[in-house]
Amino acid sequence: MASNDMVEIRWHGRGGQGAKSACLLLADVAGLEGKFVQGFPEYGPERMGAPITAYNRISEKRCSIHSNIYYPDYVVVVDESLLDNVDVTGGLKEGGAIIINTPCSPQEMRLRLGGWSGKVCTLDARRISEETLGRNFPNTPMLAAAVKVSGVLETERFLAHIEESFKHKFADKPQVIEGNMATLKKSMDEVQVG
Amino acid sequence: MSSRLSGNEAVAYAMKQINPDVMGAFPITPSTEIPEYFAQYAANGEVDTEFVTVESEHSSMSVCIAAQAAGARSVCATSSCGLALMYELLYVAASCRLPIALACVNRALSGPININNDHSDSMGARDSGWIQIYAENNQEAYDNFLMAMPIGEHLSVRLPVMTCMDGFITSHAVENIELLETEAVRRFIGEYNPENYLLKKENPLAVGPYDVSPYYMEHKVLEAEAMKAAKTRILEVAADFEKISGRRYGLFEEYRMEDAELALVLIGSSAGTAKAAVDKLREAGVKAGLVKIRVFRPFPGEELARALAGTRAVAVMDKSEGFSASGGPLFAETRSALYDLQERPYMINIVYGLGGRDVKTEDIEKVFARLAAIAATGEVGPLYTHMGQRSREEIA
Repeated sequence: MASNDMVEIRWHGRGGQGAKSACLLLADVAGLEGKFVQGFPEYGPERMGAPITAYNRISEKRCSIHSNIYYPDYVVVVDESLLDNVDVTGGLKEGGAIIINTPCSPQEMRLRLGGWSGKVCTLDARRISEETLGRNFPNTPMLAAAVKVSGVLETERFLAHIEESFKHKFADKPQVIEGNMATLKKSMDEVQVG
Repeated sequence: MSSRLSGNEAVAYAMKQINPDVMGAFPITPSTEIPEYFAQYAANGEVDTEFVTVESEHSSMSVCIAAQAAGARSVCATSSCGLALMYELLYVAASCRLPIALACVNRALSGPININNDHSDSMGARDSGWIQIYAENNQEAYDNFLMAMPIGEHLSVRLPVMTCMDGFITSHAVENIELLETEAVRRFIGEYNPENYLLKKENPLAVGPYDVSPYYMEHKVLEAEAMKAAKTRILEVAADFEKISGRRYGLFEEYRMEDAELALVLIGSSAGTAKAAVDKLREAGVKAGLVKIRVFRPFPGEELARALAGTRAVAVMDKSEGFSASGGPLFAETRSALYDLQERPYMINIVYGLGGRDVKTEDIEKVFARLAAIAATGEVGPLYTHMGQRSREEIA
């Protein structure tokens, strides 16, 4: 049971799509902003394409709870096909939101969410990633959407800090930083809230 | 220095700051990242360590033993079946009195094969003569590894040290962490200057030869005495560590135990989850508390008896089965430690979290509810149960 001043996020993706990396990156950036953070994956028999889950806790106080998150404030679905196999809205708090990687509108997605009445957000992460990075890396766009929708971090500061983090992470290939930053900004502009 | 690191990266970073002479390296999930990160440090020239890649954990521990016997500081990391494959060598390291530092990232033992966390691997090695220190989170994993050498290398101890953290839950979770400056770490660790070692030409010696019956038992007594002496040394090192870090450590941590009537005894990351449950129960007026075991070897029996003496009901929670048919290893030791108390609390054993079974604050609250009922009625019920499993009817 998390306290009220804590934001809990659950990520659903498939092995190889970078959901875990996005989750850890969010923890890193939120930590840079002085928050207390947790970013952790839940591992099964991991393999490319298998459903995976990852979690974030972000708060003003250090959180000693080390269980998985069962009642998230936000759910991020990095792969639309998971909607058919995984109960993605399970435990999602009423005032929270689900953010899905899809070219469809929030209204269309709501029909597939079996009665979820809260906020539904969508982002065409594949298209944005292909436009700005030349390949399908859906995790960076979804990270931007998660930050924008949740408001867990202030947008401008998030962008400034993540650029720092990228400089560290991509020290040996700085040429990818510009594309990733463009991806983040575009995704924040394009995420649809319904 | 504030940062955010996973438990694995934190321990690898501690190793980098220590700059050991030798690392025996063989990968196994979930400890693989430790030699992975360290290999980068070695390749980048950030450490002077001889990074020895081998074909098995039996060999990685053999490398550490040979190097340490030669007078070099050696480190290693492993998990689960990797620790099991080292088993023979663990005893060799301890009985040769070689203060190797091993990071054990706790994972269930096969079978069935499982990569997730429980304590069956290190609990299986509990009688090998290694000091065992457990962490709740990444910070403690880092801090414990930094304290390993000053503890193990001291003349009164000279035993290998295994620092343990929960696989994935701690090893793969990125959290905030306070790191020490490398210079401060090196001052704290100091130089390794063993009295005797294989390559000391003034005093050539053999290490690990056959020990005949007229001597073997004396050597075992010395080893046992060293383990007893380790308790004092662990506290001395903790006091020194507090001076440079501001972080305080003991043999165990008492959380809200001052007036506690109902208490848990447990190890590792679940203690953090349980602290949140204790806080919630305290708000509701329940006198709940917990003892988180940090040092399992040497076992702090007398101290634990004092800590639990005022309680009315205690649940000892084991994250390994043990197959003794009468409870897990932590239960056996804790129950034994309380035998000499004039008035003992009721005590039950709960085996939990095997093979990565998640533990929630709600689960811990149920355990306290059962303790409250025991304290109120004096009816203990089943002594030893498994929590969070579906194969038989659940009893807290």
